[in-house]
Amino acid sequence: MTTTDTDSTAAKSPTGEELLSVTGLVKHFPIRRGVLQRQTGAVQAVDGLDFTVTKGETFSLVGESGCGKTTTGRLLTRLLEPTAGKIVFEGRDITHMSEGKIRPLRKDVQMIFQDPYGSLNPRHTVGKIVGAPYKLQHVKTEGGTKKAVQELLELVGLSPEHYNRYPHEFSGGQRQRIGIARTLALRPKLIVADEPVSALDVSIQAQVVNLLEDLQNEFDLTYVMIAHDLSVVRHVSDRVAVMYLGKIVEIADRVDLYETPMHPYTLALLSAVPIPDTKRRARQERIRLQGDVPSPINPPPACRFHTRCWKAQDICKTVEPPLLQLAPGHQTACHFPENQPGGDAPKTGTAG
Amino acid sequence: MVQGVGKIEGRSLWQISWIRLKRDKVALAGGAVVLLLILVATFAPLICKIIGVTPNDFHQDLIDPSLQTPIGKWNGISADHPFGIEPVNGRDIFARIVYGARISLLIAFLATLLSVGIGTVAGVVAGYFGGWVDSLISRLMDIFLAFPLVLFALALVGAVPDQLLGLKGDSLRVALIVFIIGFFSWPYIGRIIRGQTLSLREREFVDAARSLGARRPYILFTELLPNLIAPILVYATLLIPTNVLFEAGLSYLGVGVRPPTASWGDMLSIAANWYQVAPLYMVPPGLAIFITVLAFNLFGDGLRDALDPRSR
Ligand SMILES: Nc1ncnc2c1ncn2[C@@H]1O[C@H](COP(=O)(O)OP(=O)(O)OP(=O)(O)O)[C@@H](O)[C@H]1O
Ligand code: SF4
Ligand SMILES: [Mg+2]
Repeated sequence: MTTTDTDSTAAKSPTGEELLSVTGLVKHFPIRRGVLQRQTGAVQAVDGLDFTVTKGETFSLVGESGCGKTTTGRLLTRLLEPTAGKIVFEGRDITHMSEGKIRPLRKDVQMIFQDPYGSLNPRHTVGKIVGAPYKLQHVKTEGGTKKAVQELLELVGLSPEHYNRYPHEFSGGQRQRIGIARTLALRPKLIVADEPVSALDVSIQAQVVNLLEDLQNEFDLTYVMIAHDLSVVRHVSDRVAVMYLGKIVEIADRVDLYETPMHPYTLALLSAVPIPDTKRRARQERIRLQGDVPSPINPPPACRFHTRCWKAQDICKTVEPPLLQLAPGHQTACHFPENQPGGDAPKTGTAG
Repeated sequence: MVQGVGKIEGRSLWQISWIRLKRDKVALAGGAVVLLLILVATFAPLICKIIGVTPNDFHQDLIDPSLQTPIGKWNGISADHPFGIEPVNGRDIFARIVYGARISLLIAFLATLLSVGIGTVAGVVAGYFGGWVDSLISRLMDIFLAFPLVLFALALVGAVPDQLLGLKGDSLRVALIVFIIGFFSWPYIGRIIRGQTLSLREREFVDAARSLGARRPYILFTELLPNLIAPILVYATLLIPTNVLFEAGLSYLGVGVRPPTASWGDMLSIAANWYQVAPLYMVPPGLAIFITVLAFNLFGDGLRDALDPRSR
């Protein structure tokens, strides 16, 4: 099911060079019990992801809390080792690469963390935090590390005089900027931004998002942007993947996803987003999902969304819907997708 | 506290803790007493010389020959003997308290150092590496904590020859007691450090370092350890009074330093024999132990409040 190349509506063409490709990515966290630490089960945090990220684009991963977004990010940066599947970065298979081998490659893939309070060591000065990448990767810079760090601080909108300050002296937004400065130090190619603004005040969120966009243009960055709702990434994404309980249920170009969502779960997520487009607001009521997200320890069989889906039929409980390309550049995993190009006729096909 | 505007140097968490500690009068008082005790112990000979007392000289002329107790009220307090004198042989109590502080603090400090050393290494290793290493160390801590320490001390000190590893007399005794207390109380601090390491290891700044290619030693020493120094300091301060009590207990049972070397526990045990005829003899060593333990605890508690980042 590789994406066939048809010119889509996206501004950046998907024909660009492929930077990252993920196939069948799985991460299960074993649950061990008792004195013997025998495995009694597993948290199926990520359960079979397929996607590619093109150079220069912003690929967003969106889903509710606990659906495995952070785990995916940590797999991509190889802070975690996948249980199964394959991660290829710039043509190199990094899935099970040893720490020693991957160390030099870490320069190219960096992560912005979810919690700006936890991601900076409280005992280190800003200078030490932002300078750590140079030290750890033995990178020499013209004019020394201090100068380089101060330039980075200016780049992210902080003052070079903050060099000797400590993280606790900064606000959440400023801390996130410090974190961003650290990820930029080594001029990475790919940045995984794990909910970079969700811990921040709404008033500051836009500033940080704009900063990320500016930096992308300046340094040719590729982003995997993680978010828990569709509103935050609306304006920055090129493509969006919607996750539910460890699986991707829909991938589409931004415009397609927001205008013609196909998966019922995407619809539900979108209905919670304030829509500026009045036409659609009139047409669409807020969809309230029944019940809670099921546990990833024991997820529902077949379509994992069937316990909460208003369109669920028997087939949804027995046959897992594959992630199929139903429109150019638009993949959905649902037996009865919405907004199909050929009308709303229910698709009865089974997994192929 | 004036907050400068503009170009001020960053204030580290240490500086903030210090500011907080300075506001805690109780902790400061405890700290002052601790400092005083350390000075007294360090300069014991000088202090005794100035006052004109000695710890081991007998003053039997001041003892009532029939009762064997000091002549006069309050243990025979006088200008020559500010805290009075002991029953039977009439040694000066002040000098013995001052010299006793040396033994007490020396043993408590060294034992604390030993247990903090072992406990920190064990706790960090268990917490950081996890898995079977953690299980092994944690079980080991359980075993050490279940050990009947006092019985062991009694047996060991009784069995050890007068000379060992080039040590003899008081130094051998001190070394033995330090070893016993330190070697068996490390699990207390080990558990705390293990817990702290476990929670620190999950913090995102550790992931950030790893994603930059940091090796284990960097993570341990540069990322984790600076965050562990505060708890180590606090629990070391709180372990000292426990060890003071422990040492006193051991001397009381007769396995401390040998007479005539002065120790508070030994003085208490003599006093216990005399409580019917000279009940006041119990007061100086008892108070000395009480004040020392209290001062360290007050200071340690204040230190904990000042260093605890959660109360920020
Ligand atoms: N180290 C781990 N061990 C066991 N379970 C884990 C571990 N890390 C994550 N999980 C579990 O995996 C699931 C997915 O977690 P993850 O952090 O990836 O979710 P998320 O989508 O990032 O959620 P949030 O929006 O809350 O950050 C959760 O159920 C979580 O409890
Ligand atoms: S497959 Fe069935 S249950 Fe799953 S989302 Fe589609 S309609 Fe709903
Ligand atoms: Mg997360």
